[in-house]
Amino acid sequence: MKERLSISLRQIAHARAGDKGNRSNVGVFVYEPKHYTTLIREITPERLKYEFGNLVRGEVRCYPLPKVHGLNVVMDRALEGGVNESLNLDGHGKSWSFLILDLKVGIDSNNLEPNE
Amino acid sequence: MPNHTDILRIGTGAGFSSDRLDPAMELVEHGSLDAIIFECLGERTMAFAHRDMQLANGTGYNPLLAKRMSHLLPLCNRHNTCLITNMGAADPLAAAVRTSDIAANCQLGHLNIAAILGDNVTHLITPDLELIEPGCTVAEIQRPMIGANAYLGSQSITPALTRGADVVITGRVADPSLFLAPMQAHFGWGDHDWQQLADGTVAGHLMECAAQVTGGYFADPGFKEVEQLARVGFPIAEISCDGSVVITKLPTTGGRVDSLTVKEQLYYEVHDPSAYITPDVIADFSMIELNDQGDDRVRVCGAKGRERTETLKVTVAFDGGHLAEAEVSYAGPGALNRARLAGEIITQRLDEVHGSVDKRRIDLIGAASLHASAGKFSQNSTDIRLRCALRTSDYEEAANLLWEMEALLCCGPAGGAGYRGHITPSVLTYSALLERDRIKTTVEFI
Repeated sequence: MKERLSISLRQIAHARAGDKGNRSNVGVFVYEPKHYTTLIREITPERLKYEFGNLVRGEVRCYPLPKVHGLNVVMDRALEGGVNESLNLDGHGKSWSFLILDLKVGIDSNNLEPNE
Repeated sequence: MPNHTDILRIGTGAGFSSDRLDPAMELVEHGSLDAIIFECLGERTMAFAHRDMQLANGTGYNPLLAKRMSHLLPLCNRHNTCLITNMGAADPLAAAVRTSDIAANCQLGHLNIAAILGDNVTHLITPDLELIEPGCTVAEIQRPMIGANAYLGSQSITPALTRGADVVITGRVADPSLFLAPMQAHFGWGDHDWQQLADGTVAGHLMECAAQVTGGYFADPGFKEVEQLARVGFPIAEISCDGSVVITKLPTTGGRVDSLTVKEQLYYEVHDPSAYITPDVIADFSMIELNDQGDDRVRVCGAKGRERTETLKVTVAFDGGHLAEAEVSYAGPGALNRARLAGEIITQRLDEVHGSVDKRRIDLIGAASLHASAGKFSQNSTDIRLRCALRTSDYEEAANLLWEMEALLCCGPAGGAGYRGHITPSVLTYSALLERDRIKTTVEFI
């Protein structure tokens, strides 16, 4: 019997954040190809603007990466000015990867089992 | 360039200015490398190099240059491995002369040491030049300019390699181009062979941060395990003449190379994956496929290349004044409230007593710092470190922040401890574009 669960994205995906100027990018990749559609459905520019609106002042774009079952999240004006200008200890925005992995995503319970 | 086999083997010796030394030595000793690349230059490190060069007895190249060269030159000489690095920073010529002295001290005989010049474009920066990110002109920044450097491509280096350089020292070169140069020189890829240039750029991009593709910056206990991270090995790229690439590492080292570590690095600092722009090519990363061959080997293919842009990116650095940062800790019950009160006191004191107008930031480390303030806010922590930071062009203002934070020890909330404060010089960097044909590069052999 299928049941809808809400789980942390970190349970099905891994991520790394990078920076260029005041723009952050976070590559997010699911461990199992079957979770790719969940990633694409749940992590959208609208969702990210809603969750992190007070930190991301610019546009958010999400580029699907079907060959590696990932998503490249690009957030403009998300680094309080960037590494040279920000007063944040994390001027590079490296902690963005785990903030995104901490988001909850909806998933079918029978989809949580590892692949055969 | 030495020609060991029809597979070109390139290693990474450093992925940033302060990277470890022993993995580079291990790689040259045991990696049968044709070339090893030390990528040691960020936007900030270049700006600081310009500033250091202007100081009395200051040098404009990487502070670790002498240490790295004295350990690596004898190894590279013995194993016939070419060393390419951007450790020249703001002064590649002086770095090459210093390297030549070190080679002489090591009694290595004559080495062909080349400096690549031409990336310093400070003289081309006019007040009306448009800066991309703030969207204003150089004049409108209203700060003293420190220096400006163009990102050079692979073709600034290849003439040195074809003339037999053993060591090549550059200033600002695009990171992947440092790796593409030995491929171009070895395989004879032309300046318009967009497909091969894209393949080589992917390899360079994967390699440029050293351990970040071999298990560094990856471990997340319970989710992503990495064996022997303390002894993580630096990567090796095996490149074939058709541009296909295998990323691997020495079997004796710690870390891991598999499709997970390679994926994370493949899109690191990439924006539109279909248009990764370097001085050499526009590479499409969007359809790259990874073939995990096991035993720490991943084959990478599927990049596409198209014609390069007519402009080169330039980083323009400005004096950013002083960055003042100070911290005090509060522990035990009520730590968060006491730290928060301390922060309010600092704000009031800076406003009312010192009339400070500079932009400042207050963090409650242990509850809300970094970018976590965007999300949940922990109320339970009993170990809080108050941090206050401000940036100012007035040294006195910077000193006032430190003074006020230290004064919390007697005048602030109960239980404050562990004050530390420091003032560091600050730089601001912005990007601009210059026409490619205005930037001329030269090779100087020492």
